[in-house]
Amino acid sequence: MQKIILFAILLICANASTQVPTGDLLIRNGTVLTITKGVLEETDILVEDGKIKRIGKNLKAPSNVREIDATGQFVMPGIVDAHSHIAIDAVNEATHPVTSEVKVGDSVDPFDLSIYRALAGGVTTIHAMHGSANAIGGQCQTLKLRYGLMDPSSFIFEGAARTIKFALGENPMRVHGEGRGVQPRTRMGVERVIRDAFQKGKDYKAKWAKYEEQKKKNPNAVPPLYNERYQTMADILDGKIIIQCHSYRADEILMLMRVLDDFGVHRITFQHVNEGFKVAPELAAFGAMASVFSDWWAYKFEVYYSTAYNATILTRNGVITSINSDSGELIRHLFHEAAKTQRYGDLTDEEALALITINPARQLGIDNRVGSIEVGKDADLAIYKNHPLSIYTIPQLTIVDGIVRFDLANDPADMRIYVDPEESTPTYFGQEQVEGCLIDTDFMFSHQH
Amino acid sequence: MNKHIYILFFLLTCGFSIRAQQVEKSTYGTFALTNATIETVTQGRLENATLIIEDGIIKAVGEDVAIPADAQVIDCNKMTIYPGMIDSGTKVGLKEIGSLSLTQDYNEIGEITSDMDALTAVNPNSVLIPVTRVSGVTTVITGPSGGLFPGSAALIHLHGYTPEQMYGGFKSMVINFPSSGKRGRWDRRSEEEIKKDGEKAIKKLNDIWERVATYASIDSATQGQADYNPELAALVPVYRGEMTAFIEANKSSDILAALAWIKENKVKAVLTGVAEGWRVADSIAAADIPVITGPVLGMPSRDTDHYDQAYKNAGLLQKAGVKVALRTDDAENARNLPFNAGFAAAYGMGQEEALKAVTIVPAEIFGIADEVGSIEPGKKANLFVSTGDPFEPSTAIEYLFINGWNVPIESRQTLLYEEFLHRDPGVSTESKPGKS
Repeated sequence: MQKIILFAILLICANASTQVPTGDLLIRNGTVLTITKGVLEETDILVEDGKIKRIGKNLKAPSNVREIDATGQFVMPGIVDAHSHIAIDAVNEATHPVTSEVKVGDSVDPFDLSIYRALAGGVTTIHAMHGSANAIGGQCQTLKLRYGLMDPSSFIFEGAARTIKFALGENPMRVHGEGRGVQPRTRMGVERVIRDAFQKGKDYKAKWAKYEEQKKKNPNAVPPLYNERYQTMADILDGKIIIQCHSYRADEILMLMRVLDDFGVHRITFQHVNEGFKVAPELAAFGAMASVFSDWWAYKFEVYYSTAYNATILTRNGVITSINSDSGELIRHLFHEAAKTQRYGDLTDEEALALITINPARQLGIDNRVGSIEVGKDADLAIYKNHPLSIYTIPQLTIVDGIVRFDLANDPADMRIYVDPEESTPTYFGQEQVEGCLIDTDFMFSHQH
Repeated sequence: MNKHIYILFFLLTCGFSIRAQQVEKSTYGTFALTNATIETVTQGRLENATLIIEDGIIKAVGEDVAIPADAQVIDCNKMTIYPGMIDSGTKVGLKEIGSLSLTQDYNEIGEITSDMDALTAVNPNSVLIPVTRVSGVTTVITGPSGGLFPGSAALIHLHGYTPEQMYGGFKSMVINFPSSGKRGRWDRRSEEEIKKDGEKAIKKLNDIWERVATYASIDSATQGQADYNPELAALVPVYRGEMTAFIEANKSSDILAALAWIKENKVKAVLTGVAEGWRVADSIAAADIPVITGPVLGMPSRDTDHYDQAYKNAGLLQKAGVKVALRTDDAENARNLPFNAGFAAAYGMGQEEALKAVTIVPAEIFGIADEVGSIEPGKKANLFVSTGDPFEPSTAIEYLFINGWNVPIESRQTLLYEEFLHRDPGVSTESKPGKS
């Protein structure tokens, strides 16, 4: 009997934990930057149960619903960061050049303070990525920044597309070729490793198909040994996973498109892609998307021939482009990173803001849910004093599923949730590691600096 | 025959002129910038004014200024002239590629390498230099780091073919004041180890200073004939108060310790870094020590601090009465100085003071306010013309003058833009990936 009660309690808890809290709100009289449907002056947004219910003037809400006065302020969709390594405990499974079997979604850390700091910059969704140590890294996880919840699973963006990290060039070459003495040590080797994994995935898929055929005639047919690594490759071949490929140089970008074409794979976003501008017509023709830095360059040789005009060139050549952070510092001001495309190029306000909203949402397969302010979409919103592309903008409020998760008017200095009483609070100085992608691999290079 | 020579001559000149266009050079001479709004920084804002550049100097500024007959006139209608911005802490010219140590010249081996001179290693042809200056940053401090005494930093203007042509007449000795904070999240030393390292470093600093004192007195007694000791010799001008020391300190307790050390040793000092300056702003103001802080776009130093504390630091210091200049502490992205200043402005400093923090204030700190830092007759023609507030990303920089040279708004990054915006040939079915 006791066992049954315990089981019932556990069942209720499990159910409760998958229930993500949602809220009701009425945001009054803001300048609404919808991204997809223009700019609406002095407009209200009614939020019900975490969704945008109505957009218009003089909307009415039930009396118990919180009203937010956004007069003179700018309301935009919550920012989507297509490349981040915050909110996870582990980044690189740097033990093999192919680790498609691991999932960063298994290491979500609800207590990472970076989540709150990202919210404070208007970010509501992130793509938490495996690192770039491996040619084929682990599967990534799209998360909603519901800071304050304790259950890792409550951060999962339900319904987001499955994604996987690939990496070309120096990082896999350094980690495996230089660091471990195994392929790849060159960009030729990177291609070989990737082709090899796809071929094995294809063979694996064929084996299972053959087994399914045999099973129809012979109920005692022996199934092939299950292999998560090659099952994942098979899922990529079946178009069930969007590749998110860390890349820099034009040649390696072309290489991967050739490989994918040979295997009939077409869902890909190139990440960083500093030399994407050189092959923008090819990217557009392939239907590949691009997620870039606003201005990072020169931190290694493969980004020496970069230009901050990358996002503009890609956009003007018809490539769906986003700007990402890859950094716990930069994620706090992605609106400013998007604004830089107006110095390095001539993108309109709408095009610039699309780089951090609807475009990354498309790249993660969540544009039906977030990335613009439209009726029926999730109430993930960010409110700013001054236009978010102005240097003088200041984030005021960030809302996830209709719940206020950051409020400048109520922003205590210490926002940690889990505080270890034994722990002192150290002070940190100096610059952040430039490339978040190589986190967890520094032990391999202790002989270098 | 004659006709053929003419055709040949025509073809040759065509070729030359095309070549000349490929490498756009800076030009020198007399310039009249007319119809401009001028943000002088020190003398207010002028509307519909003219600025004359002659012999590398700002000759005249005002509403009724005669335009010399030989002047090249640049119509600055709807544009604003600003003094060139100064980044008070970078590695521009000393660092080319982040992951390749052989392209980096800012961190010599040894704890005490005070005789290292940044100017020795400044590469005037660094690709980073044009990338930086087209943002309106005409001048930077570039300097060494690492160890206790990494060497001296130098002020350079971002135009010229030799370090001497670039040198702006100011050097300072860099001192990394012993730190009791972590150097980054990767710093895995325990609190105990950090404390020990700090105490050891303080002892070392004081030991060196005693030796410098001895060396200086021998040097005086022997009329400059003291035994060869380049590290100590380099520190003598600092000991005697003839050379400014940049003392890097970030944690509040380290800042206070540095202030005490400065006072005790009567060093002519500027505090650099100063990330937690806001915690001890009144003490810094009372000591009357100027500050170079940044990057503004940085993380708070403690998990228990506001997410935007680094944005606010400069403004809080300035409001407490501290003389504040800004730095990016960067190399390839020192071009973000105006955006760092913009964030400082938005988070409490205000636009006017933030502009001063990247122009006249550093000029004053470095003792070169008679040469740069504002738009005034007699000063060096270090300035830029923009479509508006240079802190706003949407503003474009249209003209740039450094030491009177009209420098093209061109860098490898703009050239790549021009080449690849509409690439030719574009994509063709033959070259389509997958069809190879």
